[in-house]
Amino acid sequence: MKLNERSLAFYATCDSPADNAGFLYKRGERHTAYHRRWFVLKGNMLFYFEERDSREPVGVIVLEGCNVELCDSAEGFAFAIRFGGTKSRTYVLAAESQAAMESWVKSLSRASFDYMRLVVRELEKQLQEMRWGPAGGCGDSWKPKPSGLEQPRERPPALPAILPKENGCAVWNNAPGAERPPDSSGGGGHDEEGTPRPPPLPPRRRVSDGEAASAGAAVAESPSTFCRLHEQYSREVARLRQDWQQRRRGPRP
Amino acid sequence: MRYNERELLSLARQPAEKAAEIRMSVPKKGSVLKKRLVKLVVNFLFYFRTDEAEPIGALLLEHCRVTKEEENVFSISFIEEPERKYCFECATEEQCQEWVEALRRASYEFLRRSLIFYRNEIQKMTGKDPLEQYGISEEARFQLGAHRQ
Repeated sequence: MKLNERSLAFYATCDSPADNAGFLYKRGERHTAYHRRWFVLKGNMLFYFEERDSREPVGVIVLEGCNVELCDSAEGFAFAIRFGGTKSRTYVLAAESQAAMESWVKSLSRASFDYMRLVVRELEKQLQEMRWGPAGGCGDSWKPKPSGLEQPRERPPALPAILPKENGCAVWNNAPGAERPPDSSGGGGHDEEGTPRPPPLPPRRRVSDGEAASAGAAVAESPSTFCRLHEQYSREVARLRQDWQQRRRGPRP
Repeated sequence: MRYNERELLSLARQPAEKAAEIRMSVPKKGSVLKKRLVKLVVNFLFYFRTDEAEPIGALLLEHCRVTKEEENVFSISFIEEPERKYCFECATEEQCQEWVEALRRASYEFLRRSLIFYRNEIQKMTGKDPLEQYGISEEARFQLGAHRQ
């Protein structure tokens, strides 16, 4: 299977935040000798380098779906990364101190994309409930209509209400009726700002009859919550559109 | 670069966030659009020949740029090589938009930024760190400008 290795190597070595980094001993697959490698954990990818200043990783362990366990090993401070399949390899690693071992076990156990997504959804839900309440009265003349808040069951319950800048293109510029801005120059993928402060984002998803309509049946929110949210979004869309149009017109002579 | 292919193949077989038959081309000279089964699972985009169980390839979607091209078409490129584009021609404009949106949200780094944002917002509103109740507020991955080593 091909993998975008060049991009992986870039991801490993660029200055995006590392969730953990340090020397670990890695036990070989066939021979049980340990090799000291420089490990860098980013997201759900555990990269390992020959040396700390190597320009490219020797390898990477995709951590999605793994279990992390402590080992009784003569080496001490050892732990294992295990996967579910019967033929899966177990990666045995050893740290150089108790503290390092605990730090690695903690960060590796929480490294999956799934876990991160769970936490994000939870916070997103909390924030929505704080802003607009868990339930509310229905506004006038609200017509049921599929929108970005409705999702099929397997997908996240709602689009994030607020989205930070992503991939170099400020998401909130895509208010309905707004011209799509040209894809901005470099720097895509990482935030220059210390604290992202985007304005609230209305649902951008277009009305789609096919999937979204059937997804409507699986809506997580009650209609009253949804309609309150829907009204909030419409007000914000209107305001954003107005702002955008004013800016587009430029300063009045 | 070595990688745990078995686990990646296993990931490719898991239920996808999104999957469809889409015509796709790779950034190679003379590459043409070919019908592929394209499957989004966590931060990987797998692509298969339509009648095969094992993917031809996988793209890790970190530090990538998803660009809406002409009608029904979008592309994925990576920030260190923005001219090398993986192109995808969808059946409809709608499908195209949905994929663009889904792919832009499909990176760990995007999740991280979302989380930091929500965390800050909630903290501003309540004065409390919402991650404390889970005992993970000190975790490196949840910090603004996480520590670099």
